[in-house]
Amino acid sequence: MSNVKYTDDHEWIKIEDDTAWIGITTYARHALGDLVFLELPEVGRQLNKGEDFAVVESVKAASEIYTPVTGEIVAVNDNLADNLDDLKEDLDKGWIVKVKVSNPEDLEGLMDKSSYDAFVEGLD
Amino acid sequence: MKQTPLHAAHVALEAQMAEFAGYDMPIQYKTGVMAEHNATRESAGIFDVSHMGQVIISGSDAVSFLEELTPSAFGSLGTTRAKYTVLTNEQGGIIDDMIVSRMAEDQFFVVVNGACKDKDLAWFEKNALDFDVQIDHLEERALIALQGPKSEQMLKESLGIDTSDLDYMQMMQTDELYVSRLGYTGEDGFEISMPQERAVKIWNDLNAHEAVTPVGLAARDSLRLEMGYPLYGHDIDDTTSPVEAGIAWIMRGRDDNNFFGAERILKEKSEGVSRKRVGVRLTGKGVAREGVELFKPGTDEKIGVLTSGGFSPTTQAAIGQAYVEAEHAAVGAQIDVRVRGRNIEAVIDKMPFVAAKTKTATKKAA
Repeated sequence: MSNVKYTDDHEWIKIEDDTAWIGITTYARHALGDLVFLELPEVGRQLNKGEDFAVVESVKAASEIYTPVTGEIVAVNDNLADNLDDLKEDLDKGWIVKVKVSNPEDLEGLMDKSSYDAFVEGLD
Repeated sequence: MKQTPLHAAHVALEAQMAEFAGYDMPIQYKTGVMAEHNATRESAGIFDVSHMGQVIISGSDAVSFLEELTPSAFGSLGTTRAKYTVLTNEQGGIIDDMIVSRMAEDQFFVVVNGACKDKDLAWFEKNALDFDVQIDHLEERALIALQGPKSEQMLKESLGIDTSDLDYMQMMQTDELYVSRLGYTGEDGFEISMPQERAVKIWNDLNAHEAVTPVGLAARDSLRLEMGYPLYGHDIDDTTSPVEAGIAWIMRGRDDNNFFGAERILKEKSEGVSRKRVGVRLTGKGVAREGVELFKPGTDEKIGVLTSGGFSPTTQAAIGQAYVEAEHAAVGAQIDVRVRGRNIEAVIDKMPFVAAKTKTATKKAA
């Protein structure tokens, strides 16, 4: 699990070679409530660090999902659109996009599991 | 931020709280919006709506006062009967919408929106100078809505109040409670006005019943959206007229022009309007929210804007309300809604999106 990092926007990032798999944490999933729609990006789109690349719609509101890394989207998990229950911290099924990381230094400063858990603890 | 008398009860139920109309209000409880919504449609939900303004207008001129401030008829309203209406401004726009119940010949109980109550009270006071009326703001009363098919049974079993003879849009008084058979969900149900010191016990007594679910403002919004009820500040405001809003039926029984905004409103009623409030249902995938623009299909010709929008748990579709140019307002017309630059197919739909099950509506269907 040491190659999984977290953002304070509640995304998880699994790093495999030069590719970042990005999803949202289970905490985020619960905070969003009942999800009804996921708007996915297209493969090939170039993302800048901090940019939103997907939108989840709950009954209540729309929420954007942000990338913590700059790079190109090399894969999109189209299965998620019809399996919204998988959108959580499930490293196999819950990833939204895979991004080819342009600047490895973007990964510095992201939280590890224990830091993220402590961060979430402080929110409640 | 202000709190209702039920604030501690919401916190104890671990509600997600947020500011609404100046109050710290429950948005949803632990079960979530979808479950709260469905519980109201299938069983019974309780809602703290104590942020709303409760006012008594009384005096020998009460009827003529109300008939100057609204385009509705009150002289013909029977005692105990309630009516939906709006306060109009001089330009024919809407200051607020409200329910007015006749408690006695010269006494009316008025419930207005929480976010508008200060403005409404000032408007009442300003205009009251010309009439023999008295305006009493019942700040010491709480308001709980009980909504859903099991509401009548819950009221009987939890509070011992028998409403089997109470009609839709009728109010009864019992033991300092004002119990009105109406609501904002399209279900059978009640709004119960009570002295604030009794609110916690009444809330807990109702909530103790296994058929009752506490419901927050998020599901209150999805429930009213399915019914096509306008929400003040979104679907109606000080620029929209009752005719544009499609609620000109509130004028039934009025054939005079002695109310604020009559010039515009009567002109629109006879000559028609250039924009109308309509229902919108997305047929493509996605959800469209307030502010989303509507286009003629396949073009960049803008024809309207959504004033409310969200996901309807009952129909499992994204729905909304919009103002569109009258020529594009026909039910069944195809439109595009543009969400974050992406077009989603949609259709102008009739409202309500879900059939009303209020007591009268049920009776008629039987």
